This record gives sequence, C-alpha cells and structure tokens, in this order.
Amino acid sequence: MQYLNDPNLLWKLLMQLASGMGTSLSIFFFTLLFSLPLGMAVALGRMSKRRWISAPVSFYILIMRGTPLMLQLFTVYFFLPKLVGPIPRLQSTLIAFSLNYAAYFAEIYRGGIMSIDRGQHEAAQVLGFTKAQTFLQIILPQTLKRVMLPISNEVITLVKDTSLATAIAVSELFLVAKNATSASGSVEPLFIAGLFYLAMNTVVTVFFNWLIKRFDYYRT
Amino acid sequence: MLEVKHLAKAFGGDAVLRDVSLTVQQGQVVAIIGRSGSGKSTLLRCLNHLETVDGGEIQIDHQPMVTTDEQGKPLYAPKAELRRLCLKMGFVFQNYNLFPHMTVLRNLCQAQEKVLGRTRAVAEARAKELLGKVGLQDKAEQYPCQLSGGQQQRVAIARALALDPEILCFDEPTSALDPQLTQEVLNVIRDLAKEKRTMIVVTHEMRFAREVADYVIFMQDGYIRAEGTPDAVMGEGRSEELSAFLGLLGDG
Repeated sequence: MQYLNDPNLLWKLLMQLASGMGTSLSIFFFTLLFSLPLGMAVALGRMSKRRWISAPVSFYILIMRGTPLMLQLFTVYFFLPKLVGPIPRLQSTLIAFSLNYAAYFAEIYRGGIMSIDRGQHEAAQVLGFTKAQTFLQIILPQTLKRVMLPISNEVITLVKDTSLATAIAVSELFLVAKNATSASGSVEPLFIAGLFYLAMNTVVTVFFNWLIKRFDYYRT
Repeated sequence: MLEVKHLAKAFGGDAVLRDVSLTVQQGQVVAIIGRSGSGKSTLLRCLNHLETVDGGEIQIDHQPMVTTDEQGKPLYAPKAELRRLCLKMGFVFQNYNLFPHMTVLRNLCQAQEKVLGRTRAVAEARAKELLGKVGLQDKAEQYPCQLSGGQQQRVAIARALALDPEILCFDEPTSALDPQLTQEVLNVIRDLAKEKRTMIVVTHEMRFAREVADYVIFMQDGYIRAEGTPDAVMGEGRSEELSAFLGLLGDG
C-alpha cells in the first residue's frame, strides 16, 4: 500500500493520472465529435438504393466491425503515414477511433431509421414535404429518441476503449497508470485508474439518463 | 375535377386493380365500398401517388398526373408538376399517421409553413380555425399520444384540410376506432359534406355511405362492379354480389 500510505506520493500519482485522463477525454470527445455525424452519413450511404454507394459502405462497416480496433489503430499509425506523410499519435488514434465508431453508430442509426413507421413517410409525402424535409423534420427527430439507449452503450464503451491508445504509446490514462505500476511494482495505480474510468462513465450515464428523459415528452 | 381511366395496378403478379375508370365532380362525395382486398384502398393510394400505377390515366383538374404511352407504359408528370398536382389531393389515413414528436398545432402548421410557405402567424390562425371546426380547439398544445383515437383522426382531418386540397381522400378513416369514436369522426366528415367539399371515402360504414355519399362505387376483385347513387347501388335492385357483401356486414 505504498501509495495509499504516503499522501505526497498519492498526490503526485493523482496529478499524473489526471493529466492522462485529460488526454483520454480529448480522445473521447473528438472521437464523438467526428463519428456521430459521420455515422449518420454512413447510415444513409448504407441505405442508399444505388448499389455503387451501398455496397462499398457495407464493406466498410464489415471491416470496421469485423476486425480488432487495436489492429485498425496500428494500421492507421504505421501504414497511413506511408501514403500521406507523418501523423502524430493522437491524431492517428482519432482517425482510427472515429472511423471505427462511425460504423457502429451507423448501424444504430440505420436500425432507428428503419424502425420508423412507413406511415410517417407516407403522411409526409401526401403533405407535400420533399424527401430531405421528410428526413430532417419528421424521421430524424423520431430516430434520435429511439437510438439514444444503444448510443449510450457505445459511448460508455468508448470511454474504456480510449485505453487502447496505449498500444501506440499515447500517454492517456491507462498508459500513465501502467507506467506508474511498472516503476513502483504496485498495482494501485491501475486500480485507481479504474476508478477514474468508473467516474467518467458515471457522468456519461447520468448525462444519458437526463437526455433520455428529455425525450419523454411524447410516446409512439 | 378528377378523372381516372383504365387504371391498372399489380403487386408482384397479383392484379389488384384491373381497368378501373371513374369520374369525380366538384362537390361530390364518393364512397368506395367492397371487401378487404377488393382494391379500394389501392385505388385511393394510386390517386395520391402513394402507389405508382402500372397503366391507365389520372387527371386532376384536366391536368394529367399520369398518362399511358403507346406501349401501354404509364408516364408520370415531371416531378415538380406531380408534387403540385398531388397537393390538390388531401389524404386521411386509417391509422392517422400524425407526427408524434410534434404538438397538434405543429402537426397542422409544419406543412403549411415548409411546403406552402405560409408565415407562422397565418399558419397558426388557419390551424386554430380548423381545430375549432373539428371541435378540438383546446388541444392545440397537446401531443398526439395524449389524445384518443377519434381525436387523433379529427386532428389528421384538420391537418389535411390545412393545405386547402381540392379533393379530400379518406382511407377507412374509422376502421381503427370503436363505435362511439367512429361517430365523432363521421360527424366531422358529414359536416364537410354539407359544405360541398369534394371527397372520396373508402369505408366499411354502409349506413354512413348510404346517408352521406352522392355516389357509391362497389369494388370487387379489382373491378368496379356497381356504381351510382346510393339508392340505385345499395337499394332494392342491387346485384347478388353486393347483396352478399352487405349481408356479410349484417347491414342489408
């Protein structure tokens, strides 16, 4: 119990972990920032009636969901630079994570969009709405309510998946904790890091509970 | 006002409409009756472009919505023209299809503002007037899920009327409702008939058809088997087929 018995040492560790958590949080937020909208574009592509759009998009989703995220991370970090020049570690992480999560979000959106009753499309059509208006004003708002719960699942997973960035030596929370454990021979840093992840996901959970409640104003 | 010639429609290999022709005059209330699967809903859906026809012609106000080329293939009007023509038709669904995420008022205003380009003030004034007409002025700020089925259907009627269609179509508007709520909705349609609004009503309510319609069309197997005034079609001289159908309903 070398950390828990020494307030100075513990404080130092907490500061290091907090700084690592900052990096984890930026992976988290930027991944969501890119993948949530990208996922919608992918979902629409996947549902396109044009096969030259839907077929490659289906293939992309298959690769993203069918291979390990860590492998995708390596691919972006080690091979993409050969094509486009050097990419810093953090940016590599964001590219790999955003592409991966967009595929999962896309399938969640697609399920939500397909679950909307055909009658909603028909009602919009007879009222003269264009296809774009129908999607944005009628279908999308109802879809968002339906996808919130599965989206929250993915977002919680993402908090923990940020630790995969350790694999390409991004100094996020998990790497910091692992290094502290290696240096001290104590597993305490890893368990304290676990509490950090738990704290982040508690916030995420409370946030989604609040958001889902906000959609409670109507039932279908 | 509406002219339909030789309409044909099949789903897969099953012909649902075979050579259906009819004319609807301004101010006329046309009731379409017949068993499930006789093609009456499909006919109504073709008129509103919810289904594409396989052949035949539809003209609204003497303007072609769809015609047939020499090979017998249907030829629809260009997209913009088609939308304009479809806006002359209003449609009320069996299961209302209100937008659940919008208040009653927004349900009535959204298309007025986004499709017809009315200002919010104009749209809301019109919406409130129509809600008054269907007896729901106090429900403007409620959501559809807070209303009974009959109230939802009356909102749906008001929503269709808000765009000032020339012909209002009803696809079994009371089939999802219990007898009491059915009367609520039928009363609204009755009031509209008194105003000489042009309407086409697909219905299983025989008494209503007989009482409110100016013209009754009886469909079976994708054909119009009898048509005329309610008395002529449903009265003494009616066909055996129709007697059998009315007998099934216990309403002969």
